Amino acid sequence: MPTISVKRDSLFTALGTTYTDEEFEQLCFEFGLELDEVTTEKQMLIKEQGDHVAADVSEDILYRIDIPANRYDLLCLEGLVNGILVFQGKKAPPEYKFKKYEDCYSLHLTPATASIRPYAVAAILRGIKFTKESYNSFIDLQDKLHQNICRKRTLVAIGTHDLDTIQGPFVYDALPPSEIKFKALNQQKEMTAPELMELYSGHAQLKQYLGIIRDSPVYPIIKDKNGVVLSMPPIINGDHSKITLDTKNVFIECTATDLTKAIVVLDTIVCMFSEYCANKYEVQQCKVFASDGTYQLYPKLDYREELISIDKANNYIGISEDGDSLATLLSRMCLRTSLQGSSLRVRVPPTRHDVIHACDLYEDIAIAYGYNRIERRAASLGTSGRQQPANKLTEQLRLECAHAGYTEALTFTLCSREDIATKLGVKIEDTPAVHISNPKTLEFQVVRTVLLPGLLKTLAANKKMPLPLKLFEISDVVLKDESSETGARNERRLCALYCGRAAGFQFVHGLLDRLMALLRQPWSKEEGYYLRQKDDPAYFPGRCAEVVLRGEVIGKIGVIHPRVLTAFDLSNPCSAVEINIEPFV
Amino acid sequence: MELNERILHYLNNVDTVDTLKLASEFNEDHQKIVGAVKSIEALDMVKSDAVKNTKWELTEEGQLVAEKGSHEAILYRCIPENGIAQADLMKTVPNAKVGFSKAMSSGWICIDKSGGAPLVKRKVEIIQDTVQDHLNEIKKGIDNLQDNVRNDYKKRKLLQEITVKSFVLSKGPQFATTIKKLETDLTSEMLLTGSWKQLQFKPYNFDALGQPPECGHLHPLLKVRSEFREIFLEMGFSEMPTNMYVESSFWNFDALFQPQQHPARDAHDTFFVSSPATTTDFPMDYLERVKKVHSEGGYGSQGYRYDWKIEEAQKNLLRTHTTAVSARMLYKLAQQKVFTPQKYFSIDKVFRNETLDATHLAEFHQVEGVVAGRGLGLADLISVLDTFFKRLGFDKLQFKPAYNPYTEPSMEIFAYHTGLGKWIEIGNSGVFRPEMLLPMGLPEDVNVIAWGLSLERPTMIKYGLNNIRDLVGPKVDLQMVQANPICRLDK
Repeated sequence: MPTISVKRDSLFTALGTTYTDEEFEQLCFEFGLELDEVTTEKQMLIKEQGDHVAADVSEDILYRIDIPANRYDLLCLEGLVNGILVFQGKKAPPEYKFKKYEDCYSLHLTPATASIRPYAVAAILRGIKFTKESYNSFIDLQDKLHQNICRKRTLVAIGTHDLDTIQGPFVYDALPPSEIKFKALNQQKEMTAPELMELYSGHAQLKQYLGIIRDSPVYPIIKDKNGVVLSMPPIINGDHSKITLDTKNVFIECTATDLTKAIVVLDTIVCMFSEYCANKYEVQQCKVFASDGTYQLYPKLDYREELISIDKANNYIGISEDGDSLATLLSRMCLRTSLQGSSLRVRVPPTRHDVIHACDLYEDIAIAYGYNRIERRAASLGTSGRQQPANKLTEQLRLECAHAGYTEALTFTLCSREDIATKLGVKIEDTPAVHISNPKTLEFQVVRTVLLPGLLKTLAANKKMPLPLKLFEISDVVLKDESSETGARNERRLCALYCGRAAGFQFVHGLLDRLMALLRQPWSKEEGYYLRQKDDPAYFPGRCAEVVLRGEVIGKIGVIHPRVLTAFDLSNPCSAVEINIEPFV
Repeated sequence: MELNERILHYLNNVDTVDTLKLASEFNEDHQKIVGAVKSIEALDMVKSDAVKNTKWELTEEGQLVAEKGSHEAILYRCIPENGIAQADLMKTVPNAKVGFSKAMSSGWICIDKSGGAPLVKRKVEIIQDTVQDHLNEIKKGIDNLQDNVRNDYKKRKLLQEITVKSFVLSKGPQFATTIKKLETDLTSEMLLTGSWKQLQFKPYNFDALGQPPECGHLHPLLKVRSEFREIFLEMGFSEMPTNMYVESSFWNFDALFQPQQHPARDAHDTFFVSSPATTTDFPMDYLERVKKVHSEGGYGSQGYRYDWKIEEAQKNLLRTHTTAVSARMLYKLAQQKVFTPQKYFSIDKVFRNETLDATHLAEFHQVEGVVAGRGLGLADLISVLDTFFKRLGFDKLQFKPAYNPYTEPSMEIFAYHTGLGKWIEIGNSGVFRPEMLLPMGLPEDVNVIAWGLSLERPTMIKYGLNNIRDLVGPKVDLQMVQANPICRLDK
């Protein structure tokens, strides 16, 4: 969930009202936002860098507000204020319109771009007047979009330029890195693309984007008609066309691997900042030519209409409002609505790309109505409960193990390869383990195939407890199995461990006998269970047996091998039993 | 006779007696007497009142005097018949200075200066060393000295005053001159012989703790799990089979209408599986419908309009939520010939490749409830949440609009915690999107409401734990497990 920082005083000025923190928090709550933190820029810097923060850092109060991940229209002060004012009924939703231009600017895609970043869109904002604050907000919004919907510039990258420093038509091309040379933003001299990539490999923010194009034979590049480089997406803009506080006309280009997202991003930027244009909420379109010569006009700024049934909307929420009232509620969510018989005609503006289905409108109705005003409606579904048989048996066996004097442990399903292999004297290749491809630490390399290591670790962490210690766990292990749908399956196991001054095999053996008696399994080679001596590297030679149930091996029992004890940092002897309990379900 | 019985006999003839007196009467150490008194006092045979007595005792110097005589007497005896030069006398006799002046003032000796150098001579034939006599009497415990004499001895550092604690004894309610032996426990032999009728039993100390029983213990978090299961079962919910930690991206994400570029599908958030890496076994007609709703829309939806790739759906992972299982259950339900309303629940482990901290582990238990029925809506969801959370001990709920890719509307659940005195976020809920349900084949008027929460969070709040590692994993303190009370969520 993205979090934005806005200056409290600027926010309140724009909202035309002053709130206490609590009042504003409540407003956020109702609107589906969260006032995450009240802080200052200085405090935030101190938190990040410690006490040595420059004295001139602002101490204005900042509100840090969590924005739902699909509400791109609330990612800057301008959009947030607009959303809240409309929600409060203090303002009508803005109507965005196009400025008609006979000779509109064009952006031409070359065929080479198809192999690296195949889509581009563009727009122009005319007669804009930036203040220091709105300029910063403009930059911040691009950053928030880059981090969220643009998926760290992989899907979409935004470039904004001072239109008066460049001349259309513009060309979006893809060139071998060595053929790219320009003065990048805030650099003193011209550099080639490989030089820039090298330079930015140490840059705190930019280095994360380099991988998007690094290994491509061609890099994306946008130039004007005179060959002036506007940007090398998704890495950096050119210095020549950079926007400043004095910029009047802004050219915005977005290159993308996902056209839908590019359209959303461009719509969002122009909608948010067209309020600073000479003609408020007016945007100039650009012609974007595909390499085959066909063109599309961008931004789209589509107003889409959705027809929803009044009854269905009411029922989906559980309220009974008439059509007019629902229309009013929707308009408070920036959705102009008119009545059409028993239906509502809802106009979804280009700021609300999150609305893709009628259910999104139902939610907006519910938010505007107030979630906490909805009357409870007890669903009268006569159903009877039922447990999963394996879980019911697990519950019963847990109680029996505790009755038998064993204490329950709850250990991790994920572990290191060592835990289930080398420490138990086997090779990882010989275990049916599921391997994780992207573990952040050694603790999460594999899914356990055996419960025993978890209990041994629990023992190691509890050396201060008086002996003997008796532990058990009933839980799932995961085994690779080609016959199952995903290639792996869970197996419900029971593991019990005895640790004392002597290994005490008879105790875990006794527990096994007790559990078998409770499960009505006789001691019998043919009709019940028995132990069959079998060596296992995790157990003491000659003191390990398979637990055999009607001819099938269901587990192991034995005295833990001293090498295993050492591997788990244990100094007292132990015995253990581990069996699959699924045959008893 | 035992000392305690001797005390009882003594007390039989008197009303009260001081333990100090007993000590001198019996010629026993006072501490021994006190010990014996305590044993019979516990039986209520005597009563004792503590008193403080002051008593005069010889100092070390006093001891010496009592033994060998006073300094003046020693000096007197050192003077020969014909006298002795004063200088010689003072040199040879110990404590001569004190002895000389005392002997002079007692008129025992005199100085003869007629022959030039002063000569000390005896003045009387016989002396009576009363100082020695007095000190020997004090030593025996007889103190008939006059105050001025006693003070004089104190000044001379022959006597010192000390405080002695003792007890004045009187007869107790159970007074007798013989002590009966007390039994510590009732034995089967006593029952057999009937001797318990005559025997006296040692009184119990009910302020002491009993002996802890030897027993096994259930894990605190799993006790809470049992309670949650019980609540769901009581509410008529059926348990879903969740024994499938390895899941395909298709069921974990795509089936839930979670787009393939969604951040949750990033390696930063999800554990992908390298072996077995992929799943290829899908219901293909359903998969096609899922692909269509993502890439083109349908069922009244615009879709996400992107290039949906089956390779992404095939990637195996450790399930990030049990909703993957709910999706499988709802798909199965959709394949039924006739739809029947259902209530499902599950509580099982899920996995997130998250940054670990005091409240986040890479694996945790997710609690999930799902209700499928015709015409369900937010009001039904709020109602079922009310019932559910009331049983967990949360009487006041609040709902906040939220965003979740597979539910719309979505609500975060906040509960008022009376102990903490504030609202806390305790779960997430919503109505499953039509884009998730309709491709499965569920009838259009069937809505599905669902909610989820972690098992660990309410448990940590309940037991006041700040670090999740104190609750889950091998580092958990077994002492804590053993001391954990039974789980009563509404108490």
